Amino acid sequence: MAMDVESKVKMTWTGAATLVDPKVSMKRGALYIAENRLLNMMKWWKSIIAFGLGNPTLYLLSIGIGVGSLVDSSLGPNAIDGVSYLTFLAPALLATAGIQGAMDEVTWPTLQGFNWDKTFFSMNATAITGKQIVNGILLAAMARAVLQVFLYGLCLMAFGAVTWATLPILVLVSSTAGLGFAAIMLGFAGTIKEDDGVFALVGRFIVTPMFMFSGTFYPITSMPLYLQWIGWISPQWHATNLGRAMSYGMPIESWLLILHWAVMALMTLFGMLWAHRVFEARLAK
Amino acid sequence: MSSASIRQESAIEIAESRKGKLGAGVYSGRSRVVLERGYFALKSSTWAVVASGFVEPLIYLVAFGYGIGQFIDGVVDGNGNPISYAQFIAPALLATSAMNGAIYDSTWNVFFKMHFGRIYNGMLSTSLGTLDVALGEISWALLRGLAYAIGFMAIVTPMGLVPSWWGLLAIPASVLVAFGFAAVGMGITSYLKHRQQMQYIQLVMLPMFLFSGTFFPLTIYPEPIQWFIQALPLWQAIELIRGLTLGILNLAMLGHVLYFVVMIIGGLYFTTRRLTALFLR
Amino acid sequence: MIRLERLNIRLFQRRKTLILAKDSKAPETMIIAKGLTKVYGDFKAVDGIDFTVTRGESFGLLGPNGAGKSTTMKMIAATSQRSGGDLLILGKDPNDQGPEIRAHLGVVPQQDNLDRELKVWENLMIYGRYFGLSRKWLKVKIEELLDFAQLADKRNSKTEELSGGMKRRLTIARGLVNEPEILMLDEPTTGLDPQARHILWDRLFRLKEQGVTLVITTHYMDEAEQLCDRIMVMDKGKIMAEGSPAELIKNYSSKEVLEVRFGSDNNAQVAKELEGIGERLEILPDRILVYAEDGEQCLEQIIKKGLHPVTSLVRRSSLEDVFLRLTGRTLVD
Repeated sequence: MAMDVESKVKMTWTGAATLVDPKVSMKRGALYIAENRLLNMMKWWKSIIAFGLGNPTLYLLSIGIGVGSLVDSSLGPNAIDGVSYLTFLAPALLATAGIQGAMDEVTWPTLQGFNWDKTFFSMNATAITGKQIVNGILLAAMARAVLQVFLYGLCLMAFGAVTWATLPILVLVSSTAGLGFAAIMLGFAGTIKEDDGVFALVGRFIVTPMFMFSGTFYPITSMPLYLQWIGWISPQWHATNLGRAMSYGMPIESWLLILHWAVMALMTLFGMLWAHRVFEARLAK
Repeated sequence: MSSASIRQESAIEIAESRKGKLGAGVYSGRSRVVLERGYFALKSSTWAVVASGFVEPLIYLVAFGYGIGQFIDGVVDGNGNPISYAQFIAPALLATSAMNGAIYDSTWNVFFKMHFGRIYNGMLSTSLGTLDVALGEISWALLRGLAYAIGFMAIVTPMGLVPSWWGLLAIPASVLVAFGFAAVGMGITSYLKHRQQMQYIQLVMLPMFLFSGTFFPLTIYPEPIQWFIQALPLWQAIELIRGLTLGILNLAMLGHVLYFVVMIIGGLYFTTRRLTALFLR
Repeated sequence: MIRLERLNIRLFQRRKTLILAKDSKAPETMIIAKGLTKVYGDFKAVDGIDFTVTRGESFGLLGPNGAGKSTTMKMIAATSQRSGGDLLILGKDPNDQGPEIRAHLGVVPQQDNLDRELKVWENLMIYGRYFGLSRKWLKVKIEELLDFAQLADKRNSKTEELSGGMKRRLTIARGLVNEPEILMLDEPTTGLDPQARHILWDRLFRLKEQGVTLVITTHYMDEAEQLCDRIMVMDKGKIMAEGSPAELIKNYSSKEVLEVRFGSDNNAQVAKELEGIGERLEILPDRILVYAEDGEQCLEQIIKKGLHPVTSLVRRSSLEDVFLRLTGRTLVD
């Protein structure tokens, strides 16, 4: 835009101190960040919905229904947990949706904030702290996970794999798994100095095996013991097992029920504290 | 010793030696130097990224072939003989990894070099032509595809998943498949402007992977859907490679080969045209 | 055998043309443009310009952002096809002899496009290979270039580890790997610190001494005065003026400039009283410029009128004054 230097510019300053109350902005920093992230997300709402719903729906159709028909016809009356393969698979797919949705909010955007356009540094130049950035991002990630799992749950409902009664608890379980994983990934993403395809590696060596070997497609116990540990440490398994117990009443011991919740909560806490340290240190550099 | 004492045709003489030959404006006969660049870049790249493309199909093979495979019986080959579920999906995973590798190299990598690294800008301010660049980049993708295919076969053959000697031909076949996908992928990438658009490629690839007879036979679909899937490149690739590893050959396989030859020629044509338009207009 | 002979003949012929070029009195034309035009949609980036560049000359393209400098450079570099007019580079038409023309050129783009996946030495090697030069020859040539660019101890560094000045020197070294006859530099020192700029000027001056033709765009006036024999000032795709730096100053400015300030709100008022002082007045929001043969004398005249500027400054007129006079003071973007 052409601007004439001659034009009369009149500016008046009242001073920041009279415009904002520093106490308020210090308290609400995380909310501002979350707001910013959610507004950013809105720009991409079409592709977020397309991918958030598209990917798991495709797996649903292919594995749930395609492979499911092979499994159901092979097993006949001896079905896993005595339910159709699709019913068995549904809670696992919801957990995947939660994890994927939350993760998308912490990986590339963090690389962007620190390395590409360095928005984290400009956020930090205002009254907002590193901790608040972390909390804001996680808040937004959780919101996205909830949205994505809910929409996907509606989809599964159309196939009769979940019901209105079980959906709310499944949403909570799956998005908590997403939050736990996202918190750890956020801490990790904060440590990346340059992108050498790190996320491609994370995708192939962490996310894919986690998806494959966490009892997603078959009970974790049907795998050899040397692969079962992958499930034990992955939020995917904890959410899937919880979800199966909640949705179709898969038998489960009560101590395990508590353990599943505890592991996901611990992951969230650990990830958040780690991310706090990483962000504060990096922003102070 | 100074450079003047070594006999060397000048860059001008090298460039002029192709004067008047067909396509002299876009091709200088030097696509191999793009491979040399790839080699240097590979040397200083993270080996794990390179190796990971090889691990991915194995993870699927273990999780599905042996994991879900425990709960599946009654899969048959083209002649009606029973085969294990792992034998059924192994060739499909090879075809998929050829596709994924080629598409990754020709989309993400090319997009990055085009818009962020500005590598092609540099190449095309020398006496290289656009066809050199396109051919060189695609050949690089093929070399990588070849390495992955050999690695995959070296692991699955001892596991008894390749019952026929024809299976050896699965290696060149997967290079052909990779060539087709790389040529078309690079052509498409040259039209993309934003990183987000790259996701749309994924939007096409994932359903192809999941529905092209990879994990279950097409026969579960109604006939019109079967036709649609049969028209997709990944189904063509899987049929070709599955026929070879199971040793069940038929004339339709020539059709699959022809399908990929057409993809290669069309892809190269569009890529060269588009690169010329992007960088030399 | 036959090939070798042919090669020798070719080399001999080449040497002969070089000798001829040196002997002949008339300067050899490297680049000639007539009515050169580039249109993007309905936007005329370059609007029918004429110019010639002769061998060994250092030719500068000056102009504000969007004047059409970079587009002109790209057309010369045979990486952008003209929309109209004629353009010959060493007697060749870039529209259909692109690779041949590019073999004559070294290009240093405005934005560094070094290969980030390669190390310093590898960048030079691979770039030379793009031209089809042999590895054996390049190995020796690269040593010369690393010395020239003062990067010999950085040969195994990644390009990201280099400072801005080093990157630019590496890009220049890379542009020289094919021993080009014309080196094209698009804003070579933008973003560099003063030390790095001076080192770069020194290197470019050496190239000029060796007979390399330089085509430079810049919007640093001191750089243009330092490096260019001849300058073409462009604005909105057209040529506004052409000549040596001294000629341009003589024709479009005065010998000296007096800058006086009376405070932002008073300048316009006071200006009326200054009418008739110096050759020409320019009234800006923050100060008044008096173009004159003798600045001190003008200042005395002003003070005699009973006016007391807050600050005053007498300086030599520079290309910047020419530039601003020709292309205006309005912000472009």
